[in-house]
Amino acid sequence: MLIDRVEAQKNPTKHTLVALVENKPGVLNRVASLMRRRNFNIESLAVGTTEDPTISRMTFVIDASKTNAALVERNLYKLVNVIDVQDVTDLPTVVRELALIKVRVTDAQHRGEIKQIADMFQSRVVDVAKESVIIEVTGEEQKVDSILNVLQDYGILEVVRTGRIAMTRG
Amino acid sequence: MKLTGAQVIWETILQHGTNVVFGYPGGAILPTYDALVDYQDRVHHVLVRHEENAALAADAYFRATGKVGVCMATSGPGATNLVTGLANAMMDSSAVVAITGQVASHLVGSDAFQETDVTGVTLPITKHNYLVMDVNELPQVMAEAFYIARSGRPGPVLVDICKDVQQKMVDYEPITSVQMRGYRAIKPHGRQNIPTLLQRAKELIDQARRPVILAGQGIKHGNAHEEFRAFVEKSGIPVATTLLGIGVLSEDHPLNLRMMGMHGEAYVNQAIANADLLIALGMRFDDRVTGNLKTYAKNARVIHVDIDAAEINKNVPADVGIVGSVKDILRELTPMIEKRSYPTWMEQINEWRADTKARDVLNVELPDDMLLAPHVMRAIWEETKGECTICTDVGQHQMWETQYFQHTRKNQLITSGGLGTMGFALPAAIGAKFGRPDDEVWAIAGDGGFQMSIPELATVMQENLNIKIAIINNNFLGMVRQWQELMHNHRYSAVEMWTPDFVKLAQAYGMCGMRATNLKEAREVIRRAREHDGPVLIEFVVEKETNVFPMIQPGKSLNEMTRRPIQPAALGGGMEFMKEKAH
Repeated sequence: MLIDRVEAQKNPTKHTLVALVENKPGVLNRVASLMRRRNFNIESLAVGTTEDPTISRMTFVIDASKTNAALVERNLYKLVNVIDVQDVTDLPTVVRELALIKVRVTDAQHRGEIKQIADMFQSRVVDVAKESVIIEVTGEEQKVDSILNVLQDYGILEVVRTGRIAMTRG
Repeated sequence: MKLTGAQVIWETILQHGTNVVFGYPGGAILPTYDALVDYQDRVHHVLVRHEENAALAADAYFRATGKVGVCMATSGPGATNLVTGLANAMMDSSAVVAITGQVASHLVGSDAFQETDVTGVTLPITKHNYLVMDVNELPQVMAEAFYIARSGRPGPVLVDICKDVQQKMVDYEPITSVQMRGYRAIKPHGRQNIPTLLQRAKELIDQARRPVILAGQGIKHGNAHEEFRAFVEKSGIPVATTLLGIGVLSEDHPLNLRMMGMHGEAYVNQAIANADLLIALGMRFDDRVTGNLKTYAKNARVIHVDIDAAEINKNVPADVGIVGSVKDILRELTPMIEKRSYPTWMEQINEWRADTKARDVLNVELPDDMLLAPHVMRAIWEETKGECTICTDVGQHQMWETQYFQHTRKNQLITSGGLGTMGFALPAAIGAKFGRPDDEVWAIAGDGGFQMSIPELATVMQENLNIKIAIINNNFLGMVRQWQELMHNHRYSAVEMWTPDFVKLAQAYGMCGMRATNLKEAREVIRRAREHDGPVLIEFVVEKETNVFPMIQPGKSLNEMTRRPIQPAALGGGMEFMKEKAH
């Protein structure tokens, strides 16, 4: 919890909003259309189902220095399919992101080094091929950024990141 | 009971108290029009000449009656023609339900004949919309559409209904209450503590020495006229209204300063610029109201009450922002405040007002061969004694109407505010006349906007609507010309307008047509038009290059207003004085 607070303070302009929306066709389109027409700047958006199959959950990351997070929250509320919106930025929250990173390997020594790096970041090698490996990493964005930074020198072939998801503690 | 989808549509419309529908039939909505034959003793369908005008008429019908306006169109081009009207309803918060036909459900997505993704097209310009592909959903969707359109901050809702859904049978029971998981008419915001906010508002009001109330359309939509008047009279605070707020308080009320903003009278904007407290009620600080936000009412604290949480702090930061209906909030706030008056402040405002009056163009006696639009507006007001509903188009005449017609009745002026939709006046007058059949209804348009609405003259004749149409003809797109003159150094580009012979045009439609070219004629034709039992079209040929003053140019501050030139007692050297830029 302490770590989360420290991280939040490092990025005071990043706001995390969680929205519960009806799981109906077109709802994501409504949300995206709202963001575009209001000229809201969204850094990341993660969508998935919840314990209730009729409800989806969206996690938004907003750079509050560019976009007023409170206005995003209130505009989301105006959408008929949006059930609840909460800005969890200042709440004790578990924040995670998942990334898959495909790294070039040229020889066995490289492969060993990459495995070591993955271990140090408590991440896993999930695919090994002749000339590449895929690493699966979960954590906060900073952790993903760090491992990407370290792996840069080996040659990153492909990256996919889910964007931030968040859940309040307790 | 078992009904077809088409019957469910008509049943729901009737259930919500609307008995007029503005529309245009076509292939994909045919089953609904077929069912109309069995409903035509209970619901009147108005066949417009363009779907856009169906939406605009429905919008005005809502503003005239408070009942949801309904428009109807077929799929594809019919539905896309509604777009401007829906955008208008969205910007001005009008409760409109648009019903459009869609191709049969098994054809959706196949680029079938007249298929368009209408929910996709209208998504940003509706409060909500639906595509109905299953008849079992239709009763619920229709009930939700009316509820969403009318509740909270009103707005347009579109229901796109597949052709086969209109034909299929469904078990129908009238739905009297709607429960929706996400939608609440007023959204809670920041878990606001209303008693605390009201207390802080009261403290700001107690401390204020130069307060101004900014009154918007939210007072009308919330039917809060009584509460508003009580608040104004107890607080003793002068009122400036937005364009759409005109009529929330009679303009002959001593505390009503009248309209603020870009073409508001100078003393109104001076009062706002010098205020130490602004109490904004049901208005949204549109840029036409504020001018430059950086310099807007710099020394004023702001209390902002709006039913839409997203309006608080959107443009102007509020010291106290309260989300709620103006009616509910004023009911609580008025008893909390002391009865006061502001003699010094009012004296200052009256001094500014006297200066404004001295500059008034009405002080000018017109020569026999000349007519100015402000004089026409004043003449209509005087002849009708203000007892009429006015629908205006958009442009110079619209601003002159606000300046020279004194509005005393609620919703007396029906005009396109936020979107500025040219062509609004005539379809709006049609909608308003159906809403207020016993009222005298005037459509006031410029020669530009009117040429966008000419086809609706046929609707007026077919429905035999007693509407008086005033065309203010200066052979220009007047407001655009004014901007080109003032901001583009007189470089007139595409603003000169050839116009048809409007009198003959009226006659071609079988309508009484008249023309006036000076003030004496103007008064005469207004009188004759009012006596004539039926639609009349009057062309007022006015001076071509008169400007609307005062004016705050875009991006400028309230105190950088271009004032009216001080008018000489008589015209003397022609119209040159009208064009000079005075400060």
